[in-house]
Parts: sequence; structure tokens; C-alpha cells
Amino acid sequence: MDSALIPEGVKRCSFGKFAIGIIIFGGVLLWGVYAMLLIWLKGLNQTNMNDYYGFALWIWADLGVIALGGGAFFTGLLRYVIGKDELKNIINYAVLIGFICYSSALLILAIDVGQPLRSWFIFWHANVHSMLTEVAFCLSCYFAVLTIEYIPLILENRQINKVPFFHNLAHNMHEVMAIFAATGAFLSFFHQGSLGGVAGVLYGRPFAFREGIFIWPWTFFLFTWSAAAYGPCFTLFITRLTEKISGKKLVKQNVIDLLAKISGWTMGTYLIAKIIDTWYWASVSAPARGFNLIDFYSNNPFYGIWILIAEIVVCGIIPALILLTPKGRNNSTLLFTAVSLACIGVLLNRWVMVLQVMAMPVMTFDNWVMYIPSWQEVATTILPVAYGIILVMISFRYLPIFPQERELNS
Amino acid sequence: MKEEGKHKKAKKYGMVINLDECTGCGACMVACMAENNVPFKEDESNKLDSITWMRVYKLTNGKSYPEADICYLPRPCMHCEGHNGHSPCVSVCPATATDYNHDTGIVSQIYTRCFGCRYCMGACPYHARYFNWWDPVWPEESTKYLSPNVSPRMRGIVEKCSFCFHRYQLAMDKAYLEGRTVLEENEYQTSCTQACPAGAITFGDLNNPDHKVHQLAKPDNKHGGRPGNTNVFRLLERLGTNPKVYYMSSREWVRRAGDNYLDDEDFAKNHRH
Repeated sequence: MDSALIPEGVKRCSFGKFAIGIIIFGGVLLWGVYAMLLIWLKGLNQTNMNDYYGFALWIWADLGVIALGGGAFFTGLLRYVIGKDELKNIINYAVLIGFICYSSALLILAIDVGQPLRSWFIFWHANVHSMLTEVAFCLSCYFAVLTIEYIPLILENRQINKVPFFHNLAHNMHEVMAIFAATGAFLSFFHQGSLGGVAGVLYGRPFAFREGIFIWPWTFFLFTWSAAAYGPCFTLFITRLTEKISGKKLVKQNVIDLLAKISGWTMGTYLIAKIIDTWYWASVSAPARGFNLIDFYSNNPFYGIWILIAEIVVCGIIPALILLTPKGRNNSTLLFTAVSLACIGVLLNRWVMVLQVMAMPVMTFDNWVMYIPSWQEVATTILPVAYGIILVMISFRYLPIFPQERELNS
Repeated sequence: MKEEGKHKKAKKYGMVINLDECTGCGACMVACMAENNVPFKEDESNKLDSITWMRVYKLTNGKSYPEADICYLPRPCMHCEGHNGHSPCVSVCPATATDYNHDTGIVSQIYTRCFGCRYCMGACPYHARYFNWWDPVWPEESTKYLSPNVSPRMRGIVEKCSFCFHRYQLAMDKAYLEGRTVLEENEYQTSCTQACPAGAITFGDLNNPDHKVHQLAKPDNKHGGRPGNTNVFRLLERLGTNPKVYYMSSREWVRRAGDNYLDDEDFAKNHRH
């Protein structure tokens, strides 16, 4: 039915099967849209946030998807600026995943503010001292860059590409893509960093606060570094998942191996920095404010020391070691385990830097406060996931995302 | 010289709350809500989402009878100065909807500019900032008793104690008409100060040696306003928030409850800095 739109030389499932998938995830998406409308119309009282949890599930989801979407800027940097040419075979997917992640982040932010119609105040009345201002500016600009990077891919659809103007436009955009990749890397450095700075500058919150250089707390650099390290893991995770679902090999092993190896090294160095940061925080910063490390992880039903071990050891050191060894990278199961653990690791990091910061009491006569999101919050967090799946389904079906697919499945 | 003169003119309004005198009656909370048109819900049992610009905490020393002791601690906004006006909340607001006034030392909240991102709430360790989760609704008859001097806030924005800033404006207007630029101590007092039946709250200009707050707190402005009185402390002094609300108590456990200390730390030494 839609075979004229499908890239030449590749096989896709029947239109009926595809349509059923779209309907299922479309249903989930509509559920999210319903929750979103409820929130916009009735206000944030539809959530389980409260005055102790000004930031909650949504901000975690924002930080999470932006970290996972970091694969786009880092792979772009490696491909176009550093010149790792093999990565041209996975860059399209990295860009698509990045585009989904960043558009999701912007959507969640639009739901998360109490007065959405005033969102533009962040640009108009910008406070240059606020990390959130930097996030807003860089995030919007980088989303524009990702859109520019995604457009030539759309133009390469079999039918659209027949129009000479679109064909030439796509070609010319590809020619100048290095400029956008470099711009994207520059912008990403700042917004990934400023997202880390959002927590790091909170000097009233000893769990979050970190010293740093000039205006930048250490979390600024740790967030950028971790996004560069863990973002490509998410690209690899989704690529492998797409391969499993479609039953096709889409990217050659040497490409996977290269990205996994770079990711492993970036993770390894990040973890050294993270461990030093944790050690300094536990032995200098926190005691100076009257806290022992264990105070951050006790007297509450959820936030035990396990969360720190899970983040740094189980979902940090272990996947990094797997990715650093050729045996680990070449073993499909081990590789999939490593990238899955890495994704969980970065999401755990973002969770504690948002939720645990809010949960932990600072005044001696205050208590830990736990939080369970409302269904509206859950639905609006799943909404971008459903949207992402639909966009991946459509893009995979109609756009030449994987340049090696034809060769690998002939 | 100009700067020096300007600095001398600057006021730093603040409070000293005598915790040995506070009985926990809650009159300060009631007065604050009435004065500032603070909205309330039909069911106020969930304190995690109800608005209390002034909140009275109950502290205990954790000991059993006969050594058991309690203390009530009223907590308005601390109007932190931080370092050079970089209060924890002011520095993070992305839309400049909250501001540190260097002439009065008061941290403002611009309701019509706040777009409800709630970053300031996350930044405040005192939980002094509140979000309007609902539209403010008053029983019909009581709308007649709303204060015309304070604008009610709409859903979706953050609000907090303003040290009854409208009273400062009214007092300044009156002073201006009378050809004065300086207020007398009693011309500008917050509603909680006036409502406290025990007289536990003292309010005034911390920079003015003639004001009682200055005499009680003896703030050391060269060291971030740290109190010079040994019985006076500030909440979470060690974080560097530089608050302008001081507490006073003759009981050591109460003073110790004002901040976090490691188990093996010498409290007396650290409290005296």
C-alpha cells in the first residue's frame, strides 16, 4: 500500500502490521495528551507535587531524556569534527533519537510550568545568574540545530527526493552539516552543563551543592561528561532494540564497536571524575555543612546507600568495563547488558540530583518527604515515549536511516 | 565617598524571635494570612500543599520526662542576603521574578512575572516558598475583608512572606508627605510582630544601632551578619544563606537545633564561629 514511500532495496513489515503498531502507541499517546490537557486546564494540582517537591518526575524525565539524547551531539562531534568516518552509519539514528529526546524535553517543560502562557518570560526577563536561563536558551537553540540535522533525512524520502529542489537542498544541507554538528556540540556542552548546574548551585541544599570553577559547579562538567558517555549508549541500545524488533542487522559491528569503545572510555574517565567528586563531597563539602555522607542516605524508606552503589558501581563501573574490553563489545548479550545498565545509571544519577535533593531535609527539625507521582504525571511522562516510538516507526519505515541496511540484508 | 554614603543609608530589615517567649499560639500565622490575603483550602490537613507564609514548627529535645522540653519556632521567609544579594532563591529564578532589594534587604516576589517553574522553592532550604496549586477561593462574605493593599495571587505561581512590604510602602508614603525620608522604628512593623501576644518577635532595621533588633542580634556585618549575642543564632548559618531572621534562646539544645552538626563536633566552638 505504501511501498512507493519505502526506501529502495529494504524490506518492511506489512502496512497492516505497521498501522496496528501506530494505533496501539497512538492510544498511549492520546492518554498522555488527555492528561496533558487536564494539567493545562486544571493546573498543577493534578500532580502529586507539593511544596517540598517543586521539582519531581517531570524534571527528572527532562534531565533523563536530555542525557540520553546526548548521543546526538557526541556522535555528531565524533563524526563531523573529529572525523570518525565510520560513524556516518549510525549518525542518522543518533540525530533522530536526539530530536525525539529534545522535543520531548521541551514538551515536558511546557507542561511543568505553573503559568505556561508566560513561558516566554524566561527569554524576555532573563536572569543571567540562573542556570535555568542558560538551559532555556541553549536547549531551544540546540533543538533548532537538531531540527536542521533531521530535515535532510526527511528530504531523502524516496518520493520527496524526486523533487529536484528537495534533492539539492538535502545534498547541500549534508555538505554543511559539520558546521551544525560543531554548533550542536558547543550548545550541548553548555545546556548539558547548565542542567548539572541547576542542582550544583543550590547552596541551600547540601546534598546537591558542589564547589567548582568560577560560576560553574563541578556538576556542570559532570553532566556534560556523563551525557557524552552515556548518550551514545542509548543510541546503541535503541539501535540494538530496533534490530531485534525488525529482525534485521542495521549497522555493521565495527561501527557499533567503535561507538561502544569510545563510550566506554568516556564513561571510564567520567567515573573517575565522579568518584573524586563524591569523595570530596563526602569528606569535605558535606561535613563543612554539618552532614556525614550517611545522613544523606538514612532515616528514610527509599534513599539508602544502595542508590549510590547502583549508580556508580552496578550501572557505571561494570558497563564501562564491559565496553572497554573487546570481548565485551563483541558479545551481543554483554554489549546489550552494558548499554542497558549504562542507561539506567545515567537515569539514576539524574533521579538523585532531582528527587533526592527535594526529599532530603535540611533543617534539623524537618523530615524526609517521599513522593509518588499521580497518574497524570505518569501519563504525561509516557506521552513522549509513545511519541518517540511512533516517530521512530515512521522514520524507520519511510526514511533511509541506516545506510548499511541494504548491504547487510541482501 | 558616594558609595560610602549610599551604604550608610541602606536599611536591612530583619527580625529577632525570642523562642523562650514563643508559646506556639499561632497568632502570627493567623495575622499573616489575614494581612496578606493568603489563600486557604477547604481541607487544610495536608500541610505539604497549603500556604503558610509564617509557619510555626514544634521542636522537641527528644528526651523523656523529666528532661523533656519543647520549643515553638515561627518561620517566616528568612530574606536571605546570601553573598551580595545572591540569595539562594533570587540567584536561581530564570525570569527575575524575585529580587533582593539592597535598600531594604527584603526579598520580593513579583507575582505577575513568576511563571511557576518552582526552581526557587527547590533552592530554599527553609521551605519558605509556596506554590499556588489551586486558584485562590475565599468564602463569598470574606472577600469583603481582603486587604486592598495586597494583591491576591493566581494559580500557578510562587508566593512567600514579604515582611509585609506594603506596610513599608505605606509608611514611606506617609513619611514622604511629611517631608521625611527615614522611618521611625515603630512606623514599619510586620503584622506577625504586632500580633504576637507574648511580644516574642522584634522587627526593625538591623543596620540601625538604635533599633531593638540590632541591639538584640548585634549583627556583625563584616562577617555576613553573624549574631554577636551568644544566645542568638540563625537557621542553617553554616550554609552561607545569610538570613535576616535571628532566633534567641537561652537553651543550648534549641540553639543547636538551628543548624546541622557532626556528632563529634564541638557545638560551642562552631556556634561561636
